[in-house]
Order: sequence, then structure tokens, then C-alpha cells
Amino acid sequence: MSYIQNVYPIQSRTAIARDVFDVLVHCPELAAQSRAGQFVHIRVPGHTLRRPISICEVDRAKGTIRLVYEVRGSGTEALSNLTTGDLMDIMGPLGNGFTLLEPDAKAIVVGGGIGTPPMLETAKHYAENCTAILGFRDAAHVILDEDFDACGCDVRLATDDGSRGHHGFVTDLLRQRLAEESADIIYACGPKGMLKAVADLAAEFGVRCQVSLEERMGCGVGACLVCACKVARENGDPTYKHVCKDGPVFEAKEVIF
Amino acid sequence: MANLKVNIAGVDFKNPIITASGCFGFGREYEDFYPLSKLGGISLKGTTYEERLGNPPARIAETASGILNSVGLQNPGVRHFIQEDLPYLLDKGTVIIANAAGSAIEDYRLLAEALDASAVDMIELNISCPNVKSGGLTFGASCESAAGIVREIRKATSKPLMVKLTPNVTDIASIAQAVEAEGADAVSLINTLVGMRIDIESRRPVLHQNTGGLSGPAVFPVALAMVWKVANAVKIPVVGLGGVEKWQDAIEMMLAGATGVQVGTAMFYDPYAPVKIIEGMNEWLDRNGIADVNEIIGQVRPW
Ligand SMILES: Cc1cc2nc3c(=O)[nH]c(=O)nc-3n(C[C@H](O)[C@H](O)[C@H](O)COP(=O)(O)OP(=O)(O)OC[C@H]3O[C@@H](n4cnc5c(N)ncnc54)[C@H](O)[C@@H]3O)c2cc1C
Ligand SMILES: Cc1cc2nc3c(=O)[nH]c(=O)nc-3n(C[C@H](O)[C@H](O)[C@H](O)COP(=O)(O)O)c2cc1C
Ligand code: FES
Repeated sequence: MSYIQNVYPIQSRTAIARDVFDVLVHCPELAAQSRAGQFVHIRVPGHTLRRPISICEVDRAKGTIRLVYEVRGSGTEALSNLTTGDLMDIMGPLGNGFTLLEPDAKAIVVGGGIGTPPMLETAKHYAENCTAILGFRDAAHVILDEDFDACGCDVRLATDDGSRGHHGFVTDLLRQRLAEESADIIYACGPKGMLKAVADLAAEFGVRCQVSLEERMGCGVGACLVCACKVARENGDPTYKHVCKDGPVFEAKEVIF
Repeated sequence: MANLKVNIAGVDFKNPIITASGCFGFGREYEDFYPLSKLGGISLKGTTYEERLGNPPARIAETASGILNSVGLQNPGVRHFIQEDLPYLLDKGTVIIANAAGSAIEDYRLLAEALDASAVDMIELNISCPNVKSGGLTFGASCESAAGIVREIRKATSKPLMVKLTPNVTDIASIAQAVEAEGADAVSLINTLVGMRIDIESRRPVLHQNTGGLSGPAVFPVALAMVWKVANAVKIPVVGLGGVEKWQDAIEMMLAGATGVQVGTAMFYDPYAPVKIIEGMNEWLDRNGIADVNEIIGQVRPW
């Protein structure tokens, strides 16, 4: 694996929910190396820091990666102005990605809000052996549910206000799913509170769990040490690892939430 | 092709461009982008005698044309560095500079002894880190304390010694003179300027340490003026840094009196920045018929 930085054309760009954009970038050499759970670091015009965005889908044959992002501040706002034909300055693929078991293993992916995109490539790997539990604020913010459907997985939705799917948290649905049948692995990405709740449930049911963490980043490659997250060493003592290089995916039992 | 070779503190650099401490790790990460042999030198991540975990996140915030950081010198300690990280760097064909930091004179002394016995080419004494509670910046903040620590370190090592100065002082030139008098072989400047950002919704500082160090293009003019002042006040070589992002900036630094130029934050948005600077500098020298980069050092024509 090696890092690449270059400018690549945007092949298509669609708004898929309020302030959420779905972008296909043509970057064959980057796509050839990208795996589920990795991310790219995107240069934003007028900004000093690149913005980390997960790789939602990879199509090696077409040489594309798919990025789905929500406008959160001035950087993602500037990115949202890039459209079909524009060039995007991308560095990647970065980070370790999810550990994928054999495709016939029973997997559960849990995505909360804008934490949903990085789960899609993983869900594709397990197809009908995967349960996708996706949570959003309300019906208007639901994204990618059809994509998860299309890869054959069992999709279960939750919204905070009950306007679509289960009225409540993804963890309610996760508990239900684990009570029905065990699983070999759980993958989760979303707000910290959700990740902690998922990690606790996984521990309760004795299922391996990987979480994808977020932290503010500088270099994106492990050189500047700003993207620290607290983890336990083998002897239990706390230390800081780095989301961009050691992560963004960590074994949930290792993370000190 | 002009001669780009410079000599700093008795050490030959194939070109004046050095990656700045804390922005290039221990070099490994950037080898995917270009061979390290292209660089004049590498200033490694600040290393202390014992391991340091660093500060809780968030450790970085964006500012207009810059960033704030508060890493807090996270590093594995000097023994780990010498055993695990240094061997990998030794045959890379570039000058290896250890950045030495501490919180008490005794730590600095033990660290300097360990580095003295190692294969590093040069020591950059960091008495200017704003992100640790004790030591760091406080050593670099007055002539007396800066002179005191350099005196101790000078006894502990015969390696070429470059002292990295903080801009968070009233008169950086007098501090440079104080460390020169104690036997520093070179000075590098500037480390970061203390700064702050506040999230107006939560009313919390963005950085967990509340304040951090400002770097990036925003600080370039401040750094340039300080380099100019210091270069006029000392005889030892000056290494200029702070906000350098393009070859024009590096040439400005050298015209102001720098013999070497370090590049830090710019690599976060353009990992190739140091290499592009070397190429651009070389082309500019050729275009202007200047055969040797040393000819431009300090050649600004002040009004
Ligand atoms: C590994 C990783 C993968 C990500 N994947 C996606 C994705 O697929 N889709 C998506 O919409 N978002 C994703 N994010 C979050 C996204 O990076 C932030 O929303 C974005 O950086 C915000 O930038 P801004 O300028 O709009 O916001 P501002 O708040 O103005 O940003 C200020 C600074 O803080 C940083 N920052 C703010 N929020 C975050 C955050 N949550 N994580 C990291 N840095 C942050 C910014 O990068 C910038 O440096 C991911 C984050 C990480 C770390
Ligand atoms: C993330 C980060 C970490 C840093 N760590 C160190 C360090 O360990 N030791 C040190 O002397 N300077 C450190 N610095 C300061 C830089 O080496 C440099 O002095 C400063 O950033 C100004 O240069 P720049 O604008 O080119 O980045 C760090 C800077 C940044 C941004
Ligand atoms: S962003 Fe630089 S180490 Fe992670």
C-alpha cells in the first residue's frame, strides 16, 4: 500500500438529502488500492487543512471512488461547490480500513447519520449475510438505504423522531438483532455516544466489534500526531494512537471512550 | 543547475531545504511520495528523554492561512527513538537532525548525552515549545534561561548544536546572541506563536489545551522579519522557518539571511511542498544566472 496525492476529475455529483452530496471521482490508481473503511484527505480551496472523507464505495473496473459528505462548516461547504468536471485534489487511500472476514460470516454494520457512508463497501462484501442498521435524525436525512438494499443486506432503519422506521436508537435495533441470532462481527461508524453504546452491546453479547473514529486531522498520514484518540495498551494503561494511520478503524475493546 | 549545497554548523546539506520538526514524523510516512534523499535534511519529531503521551485532543484547529496545534510533544522517548526509528533513517542520504525537548535541565542533559552517543548528524535544541506545561517555552523566553540551558547542553554534546528559538519574546535577537555566546553552532527560528480559537456555540476553546501554537502561511512575514533581525545580530548560521510554502518564500528567507530553510505546515496541504521548493529555487537561480545559492544569503538590500 502506498499514498497517492493528485488531482482527479469529478464524474458526477448529486444532492441526495439536504446538504448531503454524493460524488463520484475518477481516480483509477487510487481506486485500485482502496479498501472498505479507508478514507481520503481532500484539499479545500481557501483552507489550510484538508478534510477527511470516507470512501463510501470503490469501483476498480471503472476506476472510481464514491464519496458522500454533509456540509458541516466552511470546508465541506466549499467542497460542495465542486461539481461535475471540476478537479478534486485528493490524497489517499488513508488509514487501515475494516477487517473483513470471509463473505459467508454473519456481519452487522451500524451507521449513524453521516457515519453511514463508510459502511456500504463493507456491507457489499457480506451481501445477504449482513444486517445494516442505520439511524438518522428524521426521514428527510435518510441516505443510502436503497444502496444497502441493493447489496442484498437486511436493512433496518431508525429515526430519532420516528418519521421513518423504528422510533428510537440504532442500539435498540442492534439489541433486537443480536437477540434473534448471533453475529461474527459488528462494524460501526457514527457519533461517539452511539459508538460507545454499540461497543457496550457487542461486549454484552460477546461479539467482536470494530468502530471507525473521527478526529481533527493535519497531515493525514501519521506524521504530525494531532489526530489522537485514547486507547488501552495491552497492559491496560492508556495511551494515544492516531486516527489517520493506526485507524480510523479500531477494535472497540481497545478504545477508551 | 546551480550549486545548492550549503553548510550549517559544519554539516553539509545537499540543498537548503529541511522538513520542520513535528510535521514530518520520523520521515517514514512521506517516503511514499518521494525519496528522502531529495531533501537537504529532516528535523525529526521533538524527542524527550522519557516517553510523553502528549495532550488530549482536539490538538489542531484551523485559522486564516494557518493552523494552531497543541500536540504536547508526544514521542516514544529517546531510547526508543535511537533503537527503533533512527536506524531506518541513517542510509537515506539526507541530514538527520534530532529535535531535543524537555521540561527540566536534567532531562535535557540526559537527552543530549544519549543523542551525543547516537548517529544523528545534528541536534536542534527545542527551547521553544508552547504546548507543554513546564519547560519548553520557558527556557527560551529569557536570555538568562536560554543561555543557561545551552551552557549545560554544550557540555553534554560535541554534536553540531542548533538552538530553536521562540517568537513569543520581546527581543529574539538578544536571545540569539545569548545562545551564540554559550556555544550554539546555529539557530533556527521561528517556533509557533501562541494563539487561540473559540467555538462560539459551546463557548469552549477549540483546542483542549485552550491555546496552541500558530503556524502556516499566516506567520511567514513575522518569521521573515525575525530571521532578518537575528541574521544581523549573530555570526552563526540562521535557519529560517515559519509559513514557508513556496520557493519564493524560501528565497526571501535566504535573502533575509537564512542559510537553511525549513518547511512544516505546508506539507499538510501539499506533501510535495519541500521538493517543489527545491526545484523552483534551482530554476530561479539558473534563470538569474546565479551559480551558487550561497551568493544570495543575506543579500536583501534594505532601504
Ligand atoms: C476518517 C474520517 C472520515 C470521515 N468521513 C466522512 C464522510 O464520509 N462524510 C462526511 O460528511 N464527513 C466525514 N467525516 C467528517 C468530516 O471530515 C468533517 O465533517 C469535516 O472535516 C468538517 O469540515 P468543515 O470545514 O465543514 O467544518 P469546520 O467545523 O469548519 O471544520 C473546522 C476544522 O475541524 C475539522 N473537523 C470538524 N469536524 C470534524 C469531524 N467530525 N472529524 C474530523 N475533523 C473535523 C475540519 O476538518 C477542520 O479542520 C470524516 C471524518 C474522519 C476523521
Ligand atoms: C503539528 C505540529 C507539531 C510540531 N512539533 C514540533 C516539535 O516537536 N518540535 C519543534 O521544535 N517544533 C514543532 N513544531 C513547530 C514547527 O517545527 C515550526 O517551527 C512551525 O510550525 C512553523 O513552521 P511552519 O509554519 O512551516 O509550520 C510543530 C508544528 C506543528 C504544526
Ligand atoms: S493527521 Fe497527522 S498524524 Fe494523523
